[in-house]
Amino acid sequence: MSAIQNYEDRPWMDPEAEPFIKIQSVSKLFGDFVAVDSVDLEIYKGELFCLLGGSGCGKSTLLRMLAGFEMPSSGSIMIDGANMTDVPPYERPVNMMFQSYALFPHMTVEKNVAYGLKRDGIAADEIGKRVEEMLSMVELTQFRKRKPHQLSGGQQQRVALARSLIKQPKVLLLDEPLGALDKRLREQTQYELMALQDQLGITFVVVTHDQEEAMTLSTRIAVMDLGRFQQIGTPTEIYEFPNSRLVAKFIGNANMFEGRVTENSPDHVTVESHDPECQFYIDHGMSIQKGSKVWIALRPEKINISKEPPANGNANVIKGMVHDIGYLGGTSTYRVQIGDGRIVEITSPNQVRPKDGTPPIDWDQEVYLSWHASSSVVLNK
Amino acid sequence: MNTGKRSKFLFSTICFGMAFLYIPIFLLIVYSFNASKIVPVWGGFSTRWYGVLFESEEIWASVALSLKIASVNACFATLLGTLAGLALVRFGSFKGRTLFSGMISAPLVMPEVITGLSLLLLFITLKEFIGWPDSRGFNTITIAHITFSMAYVAVIIQSRLAGMAQDLEEAAEDLGARPFRILTDITLPLLAPGMVAGWLLAFTLSLDDLIIASFVSGPGAVTLPMLIYSRVKLGLRPDINALATIIILAVAIGVLLAAWIMFRQQKQRELELKMSEES
Ligand SMILES: Nc1ncnc2c1ncn2[C@@H]1O[C@H](COP(=O)(O)OP(=O)(O)O)[C@@H](O)[C@H]1O
Ligand SMILES: [Mg+2]
Repeated sequence: MSAIQNYEDRPWMDPEAEPFIKIQSVSKLFGDFVAVDSVDLEIYKGELFCLLGGSGCGKSTLLRMLAGFEMPSSGSIMIDGANMTDVPPYERPVNMMFQSYALFPHMTVEKNVAYGLKRDGIAADEIGKRVEEMLSMVELTQFRKRKPHQLSGGQQQRVALARSLIKQPKVLLLDEPLGALDKRLREQTQYELMALQDQLGITFVVVTHDQEEAMTLSTRIAVMDLGRFQQIGTPTEIYEFPNSRLVAKFIGNANMFEGRVTENSPDHVTVESHDPECQFYIDHGMSIQKGSKVWIALRPEKINISKEPPANGNANVIKGMVHDIGYLGGTSTYRVQIGDGRIVEITSPNQVRPKDGTPPIDWDQEVYLSWHASSSVVLNK
Repeated sequence: MNTGKRSKFLFSTICFGMAFLYIPIFLLIVYSFNASKIVPVWGGFSTRWYGVLFESEEIWASVALSLKIASVNACFATLLGTLAGLALVRFGSFKGRTLFSGMISAPLVMPEVITGLSLLLLFITLKEFIGWPDSRGFNTITIAHITFSMAYVAVIIQSRLAGMAQDLEEAAEDLGARPFRILTDITLPLLAPGMVAGWLLAFTLSLDDLIIASFVSGPGAVTLPMLIYSRVKLGLRPDINALATIIILAVAIGVLLAAWIMFRQQKQRELELKMSEES
């Protein structure tokens, strides 16, 4: 890393930066059930932070504690320097966009959007002006007199967004904001959401179970499981340097091999695995015990597939047989059977156009799988 | 053909069902225009019993009393039933919630004679100890009706609240509405159709009731069902047929009116949608 650092886009790396939201050992119990288990989290101003995890992992509960709908069983929540732990929702400087949108069915679009300002006792003409602005920003001006049930799913989503943004909250909480949209609309809306966030500079905390959505949207992601954070980091960190098998499998695909550390020196590590019989050579050192049990994660796109054995030695290579090929146009997915019958998945770009339409690698062909010494990730849990 | 057979079967079923439902009513209407004083003997067409009816002060008094009881009852039952429904659904699991919920629906399954008898006992005991109610009549019947019809309203409100997503209320709270504001801005407007339905149900239940009213009524307070029952007990009477015909007419008009209002609302909604699409 260079001495001159620009922290503007990465406030979490700035040792001087003060976190905007500070969650300190917050737990939430429903009866005996621990929904959120003593989590710590710091989110910085202007971030688009994603809470990612499977269904029931406690992400909505954490978000609802930020909004004030659930009181933490223990721990504290600070927002912009103020302790929010016991502040009721109607007094918090945050707003929430609900998974169901929760639009008031008996009010028009205009009234829905104006509701927050009305509760703040703002003058009528000021409200009118701001609602007008907001509606034009989300391109709903011509629908202002409609009731929610007269709108499409995408339009309802934009009303919900407009309503939660109109009070210019310090933090906007979004629970599965794109969950109810179809795939095409979801992708388009992702970018709109990012543009909007950039334009307004409001801190967003987004809950999602969709890892692609989290990767596209966020500055940082917290991967949650069983009420705890498994890993917090940028999309790249989480994808390239997962800290556990759970994270590696949850974000994208990973081929997993079990083995033992056979050599541990400052500039490289070797791991030996027995099924399949394979030597992994990793070109950097790490703090790990020799002889300890580890797992190697290999991303499908980081594996080379070839008919000839690779030139450099016999580490980082496995022999196998092509079991299945999925041709996707731009890339192909190969499912290769190795030693004991396990399947390894490889994705590889189709850079060369096959001459007579027959692919260079065919079904039931013997192939060599190889990867760069920096590509495998060593995991110890 | 198979379908032909089936449709014939369906048709005769419908005819039979309809006949079963409507022949008695039809007979009642026909006999109300019977000139003869003896009901089952046809003595020619006449409207004289309607004349008799309109001159009877007794009948008018009972109609007025019934309507008065029904409307006061409906208002109180709606108020109390709504509060009970809100408490049961929205205030989480407070202590004794299950008991409260069971107790509130008890009047729905309690035999009416028992409800009537126990209320009568209550009024007598009250009079013994605090001197109220000094006479039974409008007050006691209304109170008795409120106790059982509010249970029905509470059930309607409960089911409507349970179907109403709680996140609407949370959304309002999130946007800065305090609890009372949430109630007036969100909960009550969305409950309004349920409350109207509850009011109408309470009103009808009260108009309908003979048994409980008979128990808790006193001398001089005769509701319409009580009047009809007491007269018919002494034999069929043509003027009561006329009265029943008028009631049927009133109900029919009510149903048609409701259908018409609903139809108009539907049209209005379609129009709104079209207009907003054009703009
Ligand atoms: N009000 C509640 N009462 C009891 N259990 C709850 C409540 N809210 C959530 N839970 C439980 O807490 C866990 C986490 O819920 P939630 O945060 O909604 O998960 P998700 O990550 O899918 O959003 C789930 O097992 C859920 O059943
Ligand atoms: Mg959720």
